[in-house]
Amino acid sequence: MIKAILIFNNHGKPRLSKFYEHYNEDTEQQIIRETFHLVSKRDENVCNFLEGGMLIGGSDYKLIYRHYATLYFVFCVDSSESELGILDLIQVFVETLDKCFENVCELDLIFHVDKVHNILAEMVMGGMVLETNMNEIITQVDAQNKMEKSEFFPFFSFSLSLYRRLSFSLPGRTGRHRPVLQERPLVPYQL
Amino acid sequence: MSDVVEKTLTALPSLLSLDSHPGSAKLSSTSKLGNLIRGITELTSKHEEEKLIQHELLAIKEQVSSPNTTMMKELMVRSIYCEMLGYEASFSYIHAIKLAQQGTVLEKRVGYLAVSLFLNESHELLLLLVNTVLKDLQSTNLIEVCMALTVVSQMFPKDMIPAILPLVEEKLNHPKEIIRRKAVLALYKFYLIAPNQVQHIHNKFRKALCDKDPGVMTASLHIYLQMIQENPEAYKDLTPSFVTILKQVVGGKLPMDFNYHTVPAPWLQIQLLRILSLLGKNDQSTSEVMYEVLDESLQRAEMNHNITYAILYECVKCIYTIHPKSDLLEKAAKCIGNFVLSPKINLKYLGLKALTYVVQQDPKLALQHQMTIIECLDHPDLIIKRETLELLFRITNGQNVTVIVEKMLEFLCISEDDHTTIDLVGKVAELAEKYPLKYNEWFIETMNTVFSLGGDMMQPDIPNSFLKLLSEGFDSVEEDRKLRLFAVNSYIPLLRGEPGKLPQRFLQVISWVLGEYSHLREDLEPAEVLSLLAKLLDMKNSSSETKSWVLMAMTKLCKGGADASVTQEVSETYSSSLDTVLRQRAHELQYLSQDPELRARVLPRGAKPETLEVDSSLSFLDRFVSEALAAGAAPYKPPHQRQEELDQSKALSLEPYGLSLPISMSSCSITDRQSPTLLSMSSGLSGDTLKLDGIKRVWGREGYLAQREPVEEAAQVEVPSPIQSPGRQGEGDSLHSQTPTQTPTPEPEQEKQQLASSLFVGLASQSSVSLMGKSEPMPQRFRRKAKGQGLGSSFIANEQISSSLISPPSAVDNLLCNNLLDSNNASELAEQTSQLSQSLTTANGTCHAEAELTESDTKGCNPALRRDNCVVAAGPGPHNDPGRLTEVCLDSYLPAELSGLSHSEIAPLCANQSLNLSACHVQKEDSLILVVFIMNSSESAIQQIRLVSITVGQYSLTVKRPAVHVEVVGTVSYQLPAGTSQSLQFSYKVPLTSFIRPFVVSTEEYGTMWLSFSHDTKQNLTLINDNQEPLTATLNALKKKLQLHVVEVIGMEGIVACRLLQDLPCLMHCRVNAGWLAVWLRSPVPDLPDCLIYHCQRALQSL
Repeated sequence: MIKAILIFNNHGKPRLSKFYEHYNEDTEQQIIRETFHLVSKRDENVCNFLEGGMLIGGSDYKLIYRHYATLYFVFCVDSSESELGILDLIQVFVETLDKCFENVCELDLIFHVDKVHNILAEMVMGGMVLETNMNEIITQVDAQNKMEKSEFFPFFSFSLSLYRRLSFSLPGRTGRHRPVLQERPLVPYQL
Repeated sequence: MSDVVEKTLTALPSLLSLDSHPGSAKLSSTSKLGNLIRGITELTSKHEEEKLIQHELLAIKEQVSSPNTTMMKELMVRSIYCEMLGYEASFSYIHAIKLAQQGTVLEKRVGYLAVSLFLNESHELLLLLVNTVLKDLQSTNLIEVCMALTVVSQMFPKDMIPAILPLVEEKLNHPKEIIRRKAVLALYKFYLIAPNQVQHIHNKFRKALCDKDPGVMTASLHIYLQMIQENPEAYKDLTPSFVTILKQVVGGKLPMDFNYHTVPAPWLQIQLLRILSLLGKNDQSTSEVMYEVLDESLQRAEMNHNITYAILYECVKCIYTIHPKSDLLEKAAKCIGNFVLSPKINLKYLGLKALTYVVQQDPKLALQHQMTIIECLDHPDLIIKRETLELLFRITNGQNVTVIVEKMLEFLCISEDDHTTIDLVGKVAELAEKYPLKYNEWFIETMNTVFSLGGDMMQPDIPNSFLKLLSEGFDSVEEDRKLRLFAVNSYIPLLRGEPGKLPQRFLQVISWVLGEYSHLREDLEPAEVLSLLAKLLDMKNSSSETKSWVLMAMTKLCKGGADASVTQEVSETYSSSLDTVLRQRAHELQYLSQDPELRARVLPRGAKPETLEVDSSLSFLDRFVSEALAAGAAPYKPPHQRQEELDQSKALSLEPYGLSLPISMSSCSITDRQSPTLLSMSSGLSGDTLKLDGIKRVWGREGYLAQREPVEEAAQVEVPSPIQSPGRQGEGDSLHSQTPTQTPTPEPEQEKQQLASSLFVGLASQSSVSLMGKSEPMPQRFRRKAKGQGLGSSFIANEQISSSLISPPSAVDNLLCNNLLDSNNASELAEQTSQLSQSLTTANGTCHAEAELTESDTKGCNPALRRDNCVVAAGPGPHNDPGRLTEVCLDSYLPAELSGLSHSEIAPLCANQSLNLSACHVQKEDSLILVVFIMNSSESAIQQIRLVSITVGQYSLTVKRPAVHVEVVGTVSYQLPAGTSQSLQFSYKVPLTSFIRPFVVSTEEYGTMWLSFSHDTKQNLTLINDNQEPLTATLNALKKKLQLHVVEVIGMEGIVACRLLQDLPCLMHCRVNAGWLAVWLRSPVPDLPDCLIYHCQRALQSL
């Protein structure tokens, strides 16, 4: 089971935190800090698995993380999950975000926390992997977004994508298998 | 870059104003989130951030409660943002719920999201959401249904599950696949938090497993994985289905949509492989079903993408978990090799993990990869290094322990992670204690490093067991003395150096050892030790716990005379300390140093530690308590109960008021009698003798018996030459290539090889294999106690057996006679069957259940009489087949006085050519009778006719110390007609439940007994939920299964009593609490509560 999903940037600022098990508020913040502390120390060419942060539950638990440009994506799982499976799940998650936000960047995550949560909810439900197929996830999210458009709204999505078009020239997408975020234009936005 | 951001944010409002329909409110709200983020960007300190967020929260609070807020959604997002940063926005919780309740679909979504982020399943506001969820589950809008299911699977109040369960169940038949899938996961969540509430829909899970949509099927695997983990036996019948599914997936039968990087449904495969490995574990026939598909998965998974490695890894683990098949094992071993040798670091990690997993079964695999393992030891990635150490830990034996421990200590020096340190320190200590003989110095030095590195984080039982080891010693007095002396020698320089740098735990150990054993070193003046110890007292960072250890040590050392000034000074300083413990120690020091005689009596030198008798029920305080109660004091409640009551009073009361008064009064009357057990336990710890109850007992007084053999072998360790290591003989190839006959290898290479030979020494030899892994050394308690041996009553046959003696079954003789046997033959037969000497012993787990062998009516001592009454010889007609006989007619041989009572099934025990043994047990009111049927099945006695005779022996068993199962071991010795004596051994296992009898007491008697019993245990049991009231149903079930006596049921509580045969009572107090049955067992007999709770669990599980 997945116990928590955390996203923070290179400076340890949380960008998304979702806990599937209940911890009290202080513990949650401590977990985020400790996880960042553990993960940020790691070099680029070491393995993506970390064992046993004390807080989150000892030896049965593992941190599986990936680092993309300015963001760390960390999944905290117990022994019932496959390490490599989760590693690829993170990739699916990021690719999905990328598709939904058209070249996702840290800003998207900040201004659209709710959207990111909604995408995540289509992938992982109550700590269990629900869907691993990117297209399927996008279909579900789109179905909800359609409603959103019919109801009216959002400035953010409009203004930000406009803003992005104005201020950056981003490389076009070259296909699904593009090694997404390593070479990718994530805005090095540092808060 | 941040100036770019700056630009963006300042540009936002202007961009927004370009929008065609900007409501002014919306504009301001948008810029507010922008403002907030910009504000945070500009901050430099945490303090400023705090101020800003508090300000922001105030603003949100104000807006959110204004009656016609139009931008709730945006406000919620802002609160989510603040909460994520760790600032509580509790005022917005209720608004989030409202939003989920009343908003438009879009607002609802934000509302639900906020609720799932803000609240947890025990939050009281969550009850307000139940209605909303109910409504949305019935909605025609798919999106609303999805949202409701999502929030349900994230958190839902347990008590409210029945309310929505039917609706969620209904969704399993929903035409939309996504709904069915979410419903399955929601049900899984219910299963996790309240398993017995979804018991009735297990067949629906099966339906989900067979769903036409693979997605739904995949979701249902989550449930099956969990259920199979809990009880693999119940789902063995599904194995072929899982195998078929996996076959279809591997064969690419799924739609292309399910492919991920051309691999068909990899996550599904992983899940299935895990399920299969659980099902096939220790089960040959089930394993055989899956061999083929495992082979296919291994072949299909070509190494082209990360995810295929994930599948391979699961495959390998599965192959090593299930019943082994050699060619699969070979392939799996090759796979592991690929992992370990892979340049990709993640794969290397998994390879090491796999090796660690399989090394217990196949130590040679580690040998094959020894050079890789050595390289991994020097890997820059700490995680890899750690994993390697874990692997080495599993293959440690008496011969390589020094090298491995050295490597672990090296790692400890560089590790910064607390968790790793604690874990590794524990492992080093475990290894050091496992193999200390012959290495006295090494042992002490290693433990010193452990104490200084592990610091104060390590598990407290490490110093305890170290001291216990020192004080109990081993077999040889001389060895003990050396060990202690060495410890003293190593500590003195440490204290002379900079003791301020040592961790507190280490200082405590040092002061204890010096106090006890510094006299062993003759050139050391006690005065010097005293002054070294006194220095510790003056250090600033010494904790008061350490100080009291130091004072204790000084008390042991002071002799008066020259030391007097130091002790005098110290005791004066601390006798006015604010810390009462310190003050007490100081006074002790003062008095004992002045009175050598008293000191010698209180603290005798070199005394063996004795076990302290602690009255843990504090019964001597009963009078005081009852007086206090009479004077109106509130009755004592143990902390857990207080906590529960506190929780209950905080939560919403869902029960009607009418009933509560009598319940609370009666529960009060029970709790009155509870003694503060916890408190009294700790009070026993203050003495100077170590009290080490409950600490894993690895060492006995006689030392480490189970390990002695390998330790003696360990003399070879010091020899680095690979030629002499036994490991080479077992495993040739990789080592042979490194023999000195080859051209000399470069220096570092050679070092590595040397390391390899010392690390993997002894791996392949048989004796050390058994040592590996976590397999606990055979604890002392399993050693066979020969106690019962002498009790075995033997009865020598009376040579002159005549038909009149075996009179009760006179038919036998008639038969014999009718069969035209001459008297000679008959007596021969009698001789054979009767020259039996039996001895029964019990050899069993924690207890020495002594079987008192009393032949049922042995009051009269006349052997002939005895035989007459208790041993029945019978010889049925020649036409009987012995095999059939055991099944059919043994019943009829039951002694008459037992035949009316219920007896267990007659089970065959053992047999050889001439004897056939069967046994059963009969429960009598005050004893348990073991009936052994001894049947002569030989054909030799009488040439012409096959003759079977049966002798029945009965033994009454009692239990002195309880264990979960009692095993009776016995030997039947007999003499063949030829004169050769033979013996046959048998063992018979009786569950403790057979010894349990109902115990009829009144509630008052129960109360007084409850107080006086000192051994107790607590546990939560599952409740039975059928139509009746759960407490009564559960108690009745227990009563039926275990023969307990239900004394009284009062509201949600029940008291139950039973006894172990006549005289050993056990009391049980049950309380229904949050869907569980909280059971508290008490008894005067140690272990009885634990054994009984085990049987209760089993009884409830089997229902």
